[in-house]
Amino acid sequence: MTARDSSPDTDKPVVLMEGLNKHFGSLHVLRDVDLSVAPGEVVVIIGASGSGKSTLIRCINGLEEFQQGRIDVDSNELRPNGASRRALHTIRREVGMVFQQFNLFPHRSVRDNVMLAPRKVRGWSREQARETADKLLKRVGIADQADKYPAQLSGGQQQRVAIARALAMQPRLMLFDEPTSALDPEMIGEVLDVMRELAREGMTMVVVTHEMGFAREVADRAIYIHQGSIVEQGPPEAVFDNPQNERTQSFLSRVLKH
Amino acid sequence: MDPNFHFNWHAAFASLPYLIKGVPWTLGISFGGLAIGFAIGIAFGLLSINPMRVVRWPARVYIEIFRGTPVLVQVLFIFYGLPQLLGGPINALTAGIAAIALNSGAYISEIVRGAVISIDKGQREAGLSLGLSHSQTFWSVTWPQSLRRMIPPLGNQAIISIKDTSLFSVIGVGELVRQGQIYIATTFSALETYFMVAVLYLIITLSLSIALSAFERSGLVGQ
Repeated sequence: MTARDSSPDTDKPVVLMEGLNKHFGSLHVLRDVDLSVAPGEVVVIIGASGSGKSTLIRCINGLEEFQQGRIDVDSNELRPNGASRRALHTIRREVGMVFQQFNLFPHRSVRDNVMLAPRKVRGWSREQARETADKLLKRVGIADQADKYPAQLSGGQQQRVAIARALAMQPRLMLFDEPTSALDPEMIGEVLDVMRELAREGMTMVVVTHEMGFAREVADRAIYIHQGSIVEQGPPEAVFDNPQNERTQSFLSRVLKH
Repeated sequence: MDPNFHFNWHAAFASLPYLIKGVPWTLGISFGGLAIGFAIGIAFGLLSINPMRVVRWPARVYIEIFRGTPVLVQVLFIFYGLPQLLGGPINALTAGIAAIALNSGAYISEIVRGAVISIDKGQREAGLSLGLSHSQTFWSVTWPQSLRRMIPPLGNQAIISIKDTSLFSVIGVGELVRQGQIYIATTFSALETYFMVAVLYLIITLSLSIALSAFERSGLVGQ
């Protein structure tokens, strides 16, 4: 377990998801999902492609709407069918997200990518935002690239900028949607290192990933999703080494063979 | 071919001082009209992608009408038709600028719409996930990238509109073609004069092409 404040007040879950159901037309993408994420906890979500794992974390910051159930993020409640715009706005300020395709803003320099949200959303001065941006870029190891444009950086560097950009909003929770899936193999490590460091500092994280080694090492809990349902969860050692559900067993045997 | 006819370079150059007088008119109508057309294009292009149907629909009607009818008919309608409705004459320059504005505005609306919807949806999601509002995300993230993509098709539209002004000789604006026609009426040197008219159009459009590609390379927009 990572460092966690154990006073009763802060043990309130950062994310509490109850009875979540989502449909894409006739497709039932998420089925009665219940999930609770404690402060400082690192939850890794695994599952085959199309199992709904990305959709699940995209519901947490409202990039996807859902049809039934509720999600409580840091005491802001999201209700079905996008019926809570104000809560959504608050949630997005407190929840950072890192995408598979980085989604850096190509028309802005690396530093401006990181400065944008604190300036526009938090109303920080240019100097304050710049100082924070440079500090964060240093932390993810790309201080010397601050004046470049995203296209001039490698994939691994771009993803580290994306992490710095999300951290600039000082989020309570970080969502990672397959952050290393679009990277060349030699760049995966540098991104995982940054995430590992974040976890060590006590950041609450929900990570969709195929990196089983990372999951095993960093996660407090692993969740296996199959066809939109959570079929197994527990400490990573238990889920990976001794899966109880046969779906999990067959998925892991396919993934871990490589 | 008539064996006794020779292209008379002297006559060609002699037409120039006269034709040159049409250049400010051609440029004035073109760029006056395009400037207004750009404003119309931004407004109606954005309206046409608005999620609300009541807003989208009027924009579509405007675009389809002015894209689907000839600019010649539009200028004739404005110059000869509208005065009957308004009860007073419209001067030819105003009519010409209005026709270019309305016609290019319809095409530019489509250029704006196309550029905006071509931006990857991950860009919008990144903006929203950082806590930016929808309008902040649009103006800080989507729009600057869209502007950059608009440059080539806008250049294209500018060249088309410049050439369209040649049709406005029919309402008597003293643009290039009109100056040529007047000059030919007294000198009968149609071949040389129209040749020089074409050369002048080419000089204008080539200069614009070169300026635009330099502008695009400079990265002043959307970079």
